[in-house]
Amino acid sequence: MVENIDLTVAPGEILCIVGESGCGKSVTAMALMGLLPPDVARIPSGTMNFAGTTFDMTRETLPSDLRGSDMAMIFQEPMTSLNPAFRIGDQIGETVVRHKGCTQAEGRARALEMLRRVGLPSPEDRLDVYPHQLSGGQRQRVMIAMALANDPRLLIADEPTTALDVTIQAQILELIRDLQRDTGMGTILITHDLGVVAEVADTVAVMYGGQMVERGPVAEVFANPQHPYTIGLMASVPRLTGPRGRLTTIPGTVPTMDTMPDGCRFRTRCAFAARTCATRPPLTDVGPDHLTACHFAPLEDMLRVAG
Amino acid sequence: MKPILEAQNVTKHFPTGGGLFAKKGLVKAVDGVSLSIVPGETFAIVGESGCGKSTLARLLMRLLDATTGDVIFDGRQVTTAQGRALSDLRRDVQFIFQDPFSSLNPRMSVGRLVGEPLEVHAPNMSKADRRAKVSDLLAQVGLRPEHAARYPHEFSGGQRQRIGIARALATGPRLIIGDEPVSALDVSVQAQVVNLLGDLGRDLGLTLILIAHDLAVIRHMSDRVAVMYLGRIVEQAPADALFDTPRHPYTRALLDAIPDPDDRGTAARPRIDGEMPSPLDPPPGCAFHTRCPHATDLCRTDVPAPQTASDDHMTACHHWRDIPASPRTTTPTRRSPATQARLELYRQATEGAKIIPVATPTPHDREDTI
Repeated sequence: MVENIDLTVAPGEILCIVGESGCGKSVTAMALMGLLPPDVARIPSGTMNFAGTTFDMTRETLPSDLRGSDMAMIFQEPMTSLNPAFRIGDQIGETVVRHKGCTQAEGRARALEMLRRVGLPSPEDRLDVYPHQLSGGQRQRVMIAMALANDPRLLIADEPTTALDVTIQAQILELIRDLQRDTGMGTILITHDLGVVAEVADTVAVMYGGQMVERGPVAEVFANPQHPYTIGLMASVPRLTGPRGRLTTIPGTVPTMDTMPDGCRFRTRCAFAARTCATRPPLTDVGPDHLTACHFAPLEDMLRVAG
Repeated sequence: MKPILEAQNVTKHFPTGGGLFAKKGLVKAVDGVSLSIVPGETFAIVGESGCGKSTLARLLMRLLDATTGDVIFDGRQVTTAQGRALSDLRRDVQFIFQDPFSSLNPRMSVGRLVGEPLEVHAPNMSKADRRAKVSDLLAQVGLRPEHAARYPHEFSGGQRQRIGIARALATGPRLIIGDEPVSALDVSVQAQVVNLLGDLGRDLGLTLILIAHDLAVIRHMSDRVAVMYLGRIVEQAPADALFDTPRHPYTRALLDAIPDPDDRGTAARPRIDGEMPSPLDPPPGCAFHTRCPHATDLCRTDVPAPQTASDDHMTACHHWRDIPASPRTTTPTRRSPATQARLELYRQATEGAKIIPVATPTPHDREDTI
């Protein structure tokens, strides 16, 4: 149940979609890639403009010629997204051969070049290893090498560092940022970690219950969060500096699909919810390129503590 | 203060391989760890995957048997406890697991799950008393008494973790060991459980040992912190000292690696390269020397002995004096008065203040937000 998501990514831009489990951030990414199973998922409306071509998402998906070449994706769990039965050099080479129509040898040469570029130690020897012989961080580097082998114009990374340790996460984020700077590709990075957002994003979109509740330039959203969910999310994260009082939380838990309320879906957990929240609030401007979907934004002007 | 739990030079070695093709090996998961936990404190053990922190947690309450070394709980030997002594130990020390989905039996109702420890440790309690106690426990962790009749699958991850906590509290333990108790939870729910554990620790005078990899959560919850790397404790200090003046290059690297929402534009932060070596084949000398920017020949040959950097601050590094003991530099997000007023309003609203509409916004307030 993802509805009315509007996103734009420019070449060279990193857009972070942030939200908790079940907010629809992965479904959104899969829809863009055309990876939603047609027998389960239905897209009743939507269009996608990608590199000059418009796709009507209700009937078309991204052509398989573009998927994996012009638009590529990295997944959270590199162990399950690499084929355990094939050598990694062959897996990377295959994507190049499939999309570029080159020879096996050229594919292998490109695989080697990519492994070197993602900083895998001794890449010549690694061409012939199997995924299980690599660590989690190395597998994620292989995934990135594979995704970037065909010079995509848009990279979608779904929680690429969530399964990794912090020191490895820092390395992978730096790698994604460097490659993105070199190639000028647009990037959509999906994460639940506000720290990751602060670190890499240019633009951030906050999702809750399948709706986009806030979107804006990252510095603006962090300095001036408007939606109660964004505020709650930021207040919930323990910090590395500053005082260590009780954490301000978001009460309750995310409703399940069948108990999701109409209108603003956050209203069952929102401390400010009123009758008007039963109608869906439109995304409205609250600053430069900064949109939020809340009837009461800005809160401090609309509401106050009684007494 | 007399320690409630002590570990003296505890090791745990796992033999591996020895099959048809695999080479025989020995994983030194925990390699000579000594700890002393005082009553009422929250003690955190932090490290990356494979550092041995979960193995250590299991050794401390004997879910695993140590290869060598002693664990002493409240003056009693844990490592050799048998029969009655072991069952008393199980009553006094309880465990909270990471994954609330696999640690609760899906075929047992919540009432039975929470009541089960009472059946074992207080067999003489009447059924009615037990039911009343289960209701109390559920209320204590923020669930409703009627939840007792439901099954685990009917609850969200955060609620399941609350059930796990209620179950751990049932026997009236004095020490609770939590192995990544909040890391499987979403941020907003994680904050609720962090607050709950803090409240319970304070209200019940519990001692808490917390295993975690998230340094921000640890800073928030703990009094003292031990940092583990490849089976050994490399630094141990009161939380503030550890975060403000880390004395081991690995701790420094961990702190530098965390992306912090308060700290934008930090591309220039130092990074360490490489990955943790395999525990099957640990490097000689200081285990961290393969990734350490300060490593010298001494580090490649000699295992550094624990040294006292300052009061209660231990580090196992040959060169700790050369490491800049500065806190991580941050440039916190600057927020306008209007934003601060908004965040304050949110805090008060979530804490139950009554919120009413403002009749008309004043033009002055408007200007601040745009």
